[in-house]
Amino acid sequence: MKNTISFRIADFLKRYPPFSNLSVVQLEALSEEVSISYKEKDSLVFEIDESAHDQFYVVHKGAVALWDTAEKVILDICDEGDIFGLRPLMAHENYRLRARTQEETILYAVPIAKFRPYIKENRRVADFLVESFASNTRNPYDKSNRGQLLGNADQFNPRNESRLLDLQPVEFSKGIVSVAPETSIKTIAQKMTSRGIGAMLIEQKGMPIGIITDKDLRNKIATGDHSISAEAKSIMSSPVITYPTKLTITQAQMAMMKSNISHLVLTEDGTVNTKAIGILSKHDLMLSLGNNPAVLVKAIKRSRSVEDIKPLRNGVMNLLRGYLDQNIPMALTSKIISELNDSCIKQVVKLALEKMPSEPPVKFAWLAMGSQGRSEQLLHTDQDNALLFEDVADDDFETTQKYFLELAKYITNGLNFIGYEFCPADMMASNPKWCNSFSGYQKMTSKWIMNPGPDEVLLSSIFFDYNRAHGDKELVSKLSRHIFDTVKKYPIFLSHLASSSLMNPSPSGFFRQFLVEQDGEHKDFFDLKQRALMPLVDAARVLILHHNVPDISNTWERYEKLAELEPNNQETFLACSYASKALLRFRTKQGLQNNDSGRYINLELLNKEEKMKLKRTFKTIKEIQELLNIRFMVSRVR
Amino acid sequence: MAETTPTLPEFWKAYEASFRQGLPKKVSEANFVVLDTETTGFDLKNDRILSIGALRIKNGTIKAKEAFEVFLNQTTFDAKTVEIHGILKKGKVARIPELEGLQILLRLLENAVLVAHHVRFDVGMLNQALKRQGLPKLINPELDTSVLFNKSLSRLKRKQEGHYSLDELSEYFNIPKTDRHTALGDAYITAIAFLHILESLQPVSLEKLLKKDRFWEFWKFI
Repeated sequence: MKNTISFRIADFLKRYPPFSNLSVVQLEALSEEVSISYKEKDSLVFEIDESAHDQFYVVHKGAVALWDTAEKVILDICDEGDIFGLRPLMAHENYRLRARTQEETILYAVPIAKFRPYIKENRRVADFLVESFASNTRNPYDKSNRGQLLGNADQFNPRNESRLLDLQPVEFSKGIVSVAPETSIKTIAQKMTSRGIGAMLIEQKGMPIGIITDKDLRNKIATGDHSISAEAKSIMSSPVITYPTKLTITQAQMAMMKSNISHLVLTEDGTVNTKAIGILSKHDLMLSLGNNPAVLVKAIKRSRSVEDIKPLRNGVMNLLRGYLDQNIPMALTSKIISELNDSCIKQVVKLALEKMPSEPPVKFAWLAMGSQGRSEQLLHTDQDNALLFEDVADDDFETTQKYFLELAKYITNGLNFIGYEFCPADMMASNPKWCNSFSGYQKMTSKWIMNPGPDEVLLSSIFFDYNRAHGDKELVSKLSRHIFDTVKKYPIFLSHLASSSLMNPSPSGFFRQFLVEQDGEHKDFFDLKQRALMPLVDAARVLILHHNVPDISNTWERYEKLAELEPNNQETFLACSYASKALLRFRTKQGLQNNDSGRYINLELLNKEEKMKLKRTFKTIKEIQELLNIRFMVSRVR
Repeated sequence: MAETTPTLPEFWKAYEASFRQGLPKKVSEANFVVLDTETTGFDLKNDRILSIGALRIKNGTIKAKEAFEVFLNQTTFDAKTVEIHGILKKGKVARIPELEGLQILLRLLENAVLVAHHVRFDVGMLNQALKRQGLPKLINPELDTSVLFNKSLSRLKRKQEGHYSLDELSEYFNIPKTDRHTALGDAYITAIAFLHILESLQPVSLEKLLKKDRFWEFWKFI
């Protein structure tokens, strides 16, 4: 009898291991024995110590959490195509974990008695199951991908960091130019000039016996101590300091410092008794260190014009790419990158100040707003900034603002030159609205907080994440204190802010399918920024304002603080902190890959693992939205 | 319930007898048979059933092995509906006589609650077929997924007339439309939708669930 249901089951199972290893005939026969089970959210599939079922399970739709109840932790979440409950297949024991549905779920139950013959017949099936069971990973085939995309910050491997910073192997010049010890200094100087090199190796019978550098020519020849017709051996440094080729940047730096030299000779085995392979100069070392943030910061600070900064920003992007590839924790990555971005901005401000005909008339501060203010801007996006200056007498306001507007224009143009697009909404300090005195901002923010309409809420959500990039610290703290005090007096503002943050619907619909854009340019794309990142960012802002904690503008740091302040919600907040980092990493990776802002994701290009990991953050978003809804009685203001 | 006359065949008697034990109280203990028929058209008198697909749900579980699908030999044939269900008059699938198909179905329907999308149509077609074979009407309590779905929605979202297509349901619950317009394929979509609806209705007992189906109550009075 034809049975479309078992065909349907076979069609699903064949996409996942170990079933993908079965023949069509085997799969169809097996599928006829499968039961389809519908489970409500939070229903138990099996409990710890429950006697083994005569079937194991495959998640068709929904999700099942595996709990270690002793530890009260979720060990794993099984998603579409994942198998669980293998214990009865492997050992005649009771279950050791609790399996409970995380949401509405459809399970395929495969009878063990019917499945067992295929294990015996098919080695790959057996291997998969044994490995899957033993490694406690649902899908050992995916091992290479595990934890990569939304890399787990907790699994940070310290080796990676140091390798990136200074333990990378050196890159040295391999084309060696060498001369005999009897060569005249003049000939050597001519050769060095024509080859454009700073050091000459002196070899005898193929072995390195000495080295002559630019410094030797300066100290020994130009001073008149030796004649230019003298032989190389009379002025060369000998014996040469040799090292093996497998040298790290740090080792090379140490070696140069120890002997106070600027060139190292690298030989086959690291001794003077083998052939020279290359010369490593201080200059080479600096080039290798180009990927080092400290070096970049130094270079940024030394730059004399925005034209100098621009290429350094490319270095920052390379660094970012490297960090993401090596799975450096997001908190560290974003800290370093933000620091570098910050240095760039500071330098642009400094250069702009030098262009001004006079010193600033009063104290001022340059504020980065939005994602830049939260230190969450890793890719180049728009610039959002503001300028805050000290109060002046009414009569002086106009001239003062004029001065700062001119300064702001230099700065925003400079930022634009080094890669920050102008803000399309003109939220920039070159706009008189965002170049204001302390009391000006005081009035503006009070108005937002006391009469919050949609525009006011939107403005505050961008403005309230500011961060001082340059200028007077006290002025900025004063403004923060004003905002926090006003919010305290008008708590209804928080409800409006919360309500607006809940306008972004939960990212997943029934059965965790992604909600994609319905129309427009990005139809069928997933809007990662609006649907996933913004809800988390918005919620953190509301909650931190609610707790009256100034000076933390970064989203995950806000959540970490919240976890500290509310121990009963610690788990949720830490999950939010993790999810924000994971999503930012995801967005940045997508952006670097597609050379855009990473905002819109083509779901078809994601693999199952990536989709799953992305979906897991959605649960957290839902939780925090529920919390906001309850806490701020959002339904009341809507 | 019709009086059993001695002329009725044994399989009918067994079917009828199965209801004497009464339906279980709990929804989890009830036998639900979700079915769908593919027919030559929508006229109860003149059109005929081409195939019947049915699934049994007990305690939220469907057993693939118990899935039932038969194709019936019919003399009436409407070329126009071929493009919908794809069942050709002399197709390759094995066909059985109508009576034989009904006999297998009645076995499955013993002491079960019959669930279908627009159940009155399927039951109407089946009753006509039973009548042609000289048998009484079906006696299973019925549930209509179209009506129940409307009930499961919040009042604001409900449609006035309460009519939903199976496509609407499969989209709402994100059920893949593989095998749409085959009797068993549609029965499967209906079954999954039914399980979702049960989850949102959360009936306290089978009796309460049956009461939710307005049409079923209405049916009892005529």
